[in-house]
Amino acid sequence: MSKVKVTVATSGLNNVDSPGPGISVIRGIRDSMDIMPRIVGLAYENLEPGPYMHEHVDKTYKVPYPSEGVEFLLDRISYIHGKEHIDVLIPNFDSEIFVFVKLAGKLKEMGINTFLPTLSQFEERHKSNLPQFGEKYDIQVPDSRPVTSLSDLDELREKSGITFPYLVKGKFYDAHVAYNSEQAKIYFNSVSAKWGLPVIIQEFIKGTEVNVASLGDGKGNTIGAVPMRKQYITDNGKAWGGITLDDPSMLEFTHHVMKATRWRGGMELELIRTSDNELYLIEINPRLPAWVYLAVAAGQNLPEALVKMAMGKDVPVFEDYDIGKMFIRYSYDMICELSEFQKLSTTGEL
Amino acid sequence: MQIKKSLAISETGFVFDPSTGDSYTLNPIGLEIIKLLQEGKSRDAITKVMTQMYDVDSHTFERYYYDFLGMLKQMQLVKTDE
Repeated sequence: MSKVKVTVATSGLNNVDSPGPGISVIRGIRDSMDIMPRIVGLAYENLEPGPYMHEHVDKTYKVPYPSEGVEFLLDRISYIHGKEHIDVLIPNFDSEIFVFVKLAGKLKEMGINTFLPTLSQFEERHKSNLPQFGEKYDIQVPDSRPVTSLSDLDELREKSGITFPYLVKGKFYDAHVAYNSEQAKIYFNSVSAKWGLPVIIQEFIKGTEVNVASLGDGKGNTIGAVPMRKQYITDNGKAWGGITLDDPSMLEFTHHVMKATRWRGGMELELIRTSDNELYLIEINPRLPAWVYLAVAAGQNLPEALVKMAMGKDVPVFEDYDIGKMFIRYSYDMICELSEFQKLSTTGEL
Repeated sequence: MQIKKSLAISETGFVFDPSTGDSYTLNPIGLEIIKLLQEGKSRDAITKVMTQMYDVDSHTFERYYYDFLGMLKQMQLVKTDE
């Protein structure tokens, strides 16, 4: 059977020590037996490694940060589409997904398909809304409170009952465990400077962190789900090694979340399993995770399925995956020519 | 005591628990004991096998045996209903 040519534009090409999911998503799509992809990289920075990884990315365009204005981003996407005829666009950063959810209609009119959650799905799973999310969908979550100032931190104990240690989290990324108010203030300042307000204070649940990479069809069905445990964690809290698990309770948990929310698109569930074997939801990331290639290797090509669903095709539900499949991330010094860096820096294309 | 059925145990003594992702390494004696446990052998039967095979009396063996079982329990490698 001949492969179908599909042009996929994707971001998250920052394949650094705290990597974006872009390269893993691309690897999955390139593994497809049905799709012959042309990969168009969308880069925010000149030194994201993805644009220079020509075996993965065919052509890269710099794009403006969504914070610079939606119109600028749309203009740029429109320009890129004029040149590349994008079939599917996969945003991979939490911080840009909101904008692309809002632009999905306009992109569709232009002929660019996406497969993203709805705005309400995206909004209600925010870290700051986690308690309400848990209550609405009958999911066990730690107590979480948004704080916008240092004085909020001081009042936290009386108002919420959250006690030390607790987590200080950025609204998109970053999490630190604070054991006292001095640490909490330091983390509040660093996290708010990097990710803005609010900063999320979350009850610390003791246990093992486990994660699920999954894909929902928007009708309540789970197209695929692979549970994983991080075996090696970096200073940034990112997985440097992980292994797929045989854990029916995690799959059941995922199916419940998917069914209850009717989630559309990729999703990463971050869970804590306590010593009593209870699962707490600590975060929902509204995209496929950076480790999604482990799911691909375990038998569930979620990025490929996402592309097909974005193009309106039905995909079968993944029933199985390999248990005990591992990934180990590694660093690699890629040698690049100055001419390429110069080209991306000055023309915004490579 | 029953060993978790899902445990994958290799001939080299590598133990993988697919429900937690944890892995362990057994020495040859530990491997033999865990295989006997997997076969559903009783404490008496295991003691008999081990004291016949190795230069150890039953009293000494059982002391180490219970230590070993305690470790398996702590590592949650035994069935939870036990």
